[in-house]
Amino acid sequence: MTQAIDQIFVLTKHWLVGLVPVGAQPLCSAILSVAAIIIVFATLFAITTWLERKGLGRMQNRYGPNRVGPFGLLQPIADGVKSLTKEDIVPITADHAVHFLAPVLLVAASLMGYAVLPIGRNMVLVNLNAGVLYFFAVGSLMELAVFMAGWSSRSKYSLLGAMRAIAQMISYEVPLVLASIVVIMQAGSLSTVSIVNMQATYSGIWPHWFVFTPWGFAGFVLFMVAATAESNRSPFDLPEGESEIIAGYYTEYSGFKFALFFLGEYIGMFATSGMAITLFLGGWSAPFSFSFLTWIPSYFWFFAKLLALIMVFIWIRGTLPRLRMDQLMNLAWEFILPMTLLNLLTAGIWHFMPAGSLRWLVCGSMVVVPCILLSSRMKHKKKLQVRIYHYSE
Amino acid sequence: MIGEGILKGMAETARNFFGSYVSKDRLVTLQYPEQRDPQIEAARSFPFLVCDGGDWQQAMRCVACQICEKECPPKCIFIEKSKDKKPDANGKLQFYPAVFNIDISVCMSCQICAEVCPFDAIKMDVDHDLSSDDRFGGLLLNKQRLAKSNEYYNSIHPTEAAAVDARLAGERARQEAKAKAAAEAKSAAEAKLAAATPVQPAIGEPR
Ligand code: SF4
Ligand code: SF4
Repeated sequence: MTQAIDQIFVLTKHWLVGLVPVGAQPLCSAILSVAAIIIVFATLFAITTWLERKGLGRMQNRYGPNRVGPFGLLQPIADGVKSLTKEDIVPITADHAVHFLAPVLLVAASLMGYAVLPIGRNMVLVNLNAGVLYFFAVGSLMELAVFMAGWSSRSKYSLLGAMRAIAQMISYEVPLVLASIVVIMQAGSLSTVSIVNMQATYSGIWPHWFVFTPWGFAGFVLFMVAATAESNRSPFDLPEGESEIIAGYYTEYSGFKFALFFLGEYIGMFATSGMAITLFLGGWSAPFSFSFLTWIPSYFWFFAKLLALIMVFIWIRGTLPRLRMDQLMNLAWEFILPMTLLNLLTAGIWHFMPAGSLRWLVCGSMVVVPCILLSSRMKHKKKLQVRIYHYSE
Repeated sequence: MIGEGILKGMAETARNFFGSYVSKDRLVTLQYPEQRDPQIEAARSFPFLVCDGGDWQQAMRCVACQICEKECPPKCIFIEKSKDKKPDANGKLQFYPAVFNIDISVCMSCQICAEVCPFDAIKMDVDHDLSSDDRFGGLLLNKQRLAKSNEYYNSIHPTEAAAVDARLAGERARQEAKAKAAAEAKSAAEAKLAAATPVQPAIGEPR
């Protein structure tokens, strides 16, 4: 019975695919899975916009949306109708074809990453043996889409915003990949499915998630910081600094194309969060191995973890102000990059040392000490001075 | 260490988040159409035309002198002066505006029209729920929509309206006194004339 609940979607798909002639089965199976992914994550996007507006509102002691439907729950629908019915303006000097393609490519690129995310037990679109590599490769397509948007708009704000976005995304792509390499080292596989399977074992009630090791924890935190920057979210939302460059690379977009940018950004954020869950938080595996918990299906755990990460993203957005460009770059190259490199070493040492408290001590200090040293170095370099106003005395 | 301040900040936002569900005083938002703040006396939105009671056509203070039309910076007032005269609230014959339109999509609420009007005929309203489906007709206020009573003026800007009323009453009293004085002088002169007239032929007769 619990098996059936856990595998209900897989079984349904097999049954549906069995209804069509054999020749059309692979195509039919692919279409079914892709449609399911698009529907589920687009719905999650709608829910997240509502959650975000509610959560931010409450953090600022406001109500948030509360007019459309009970608790404002229908707000995403109202937003969707609004953006669909708005006028779609394309600047007259813009490169029309590229201007049109940019949001489409962004959404497509951000959706492609889901192909290798194991959402539940046996619930993965394709089990590539280079899954992690594939994920980061299609993730970097988003940069292309962003630059297409900025370049084709023929607007200085768009172009500057796109340059910023590219600079930021490339700077954080490096630590993002480096932070995940530790997991690949430990798992010895690039396949997302086998990485999750490796974590879905338990000693006692505790799972073997990679986040419960010193290098895994450091890797997870660094990965999440880099993922925040990758998805252009606060506090790394410089590409759309309203006070300087309006909406950045999508300044010249309106109507539904603008909504597509939002969709792409959120879908990309879910994808990287899903990757973080897969790599560090044990994918679809339950956090405790109690026998009374086994009836809870595996995809429930995945989405619970995803929602928790989304909450953290919202929480961070409600807390931190936007960074300056130089602070952003300093953080990437002077703190996160050395930390990820050192983390590789830590993971290697962890692998070759015998299990025990000595291993914990050595590896733990290898994470904490550099962190303290690097952060104090960054603090020292910060020169605070009294600003002199020449003209306003 | 890096991140200490971040954690502190996150604790603060979490406190706000949960606090807003626990204590209602944290939530300062007013649920606007249902709840409203009390009206501030100095508030102003768009101009209206003051009428001294009775039929609004008759009682409008405006005499179509068109000063406000000329002074309005964005030129959003349009007045057509009447050809004939009609008695105003005081029974005096006056010109009146045949057409008086204000386009509140253009008006910038500067109050200059109210400042320059020599007849205290145009004043600033406080009504701001003026959104409309029709962006042209709905925002072009005609004479009828502009006309509001002096009582209404007294209710929205009591202090200012009381001062205006006192001034107008004073002016009216002075004018009445002057009229009375003039009438008295006239009647006195007439009486003198009447007393003097019979004498004249008498003077002239012997010649
Ligand atoms: S409102 Fe005042 S200034 Fe304007 S036309 Fe009428 S009387 Fe003249
Ligand atoms: S308030 Fe200013 S802009 Fe509006 S009608 Fe009067 S003078 Fe014109």
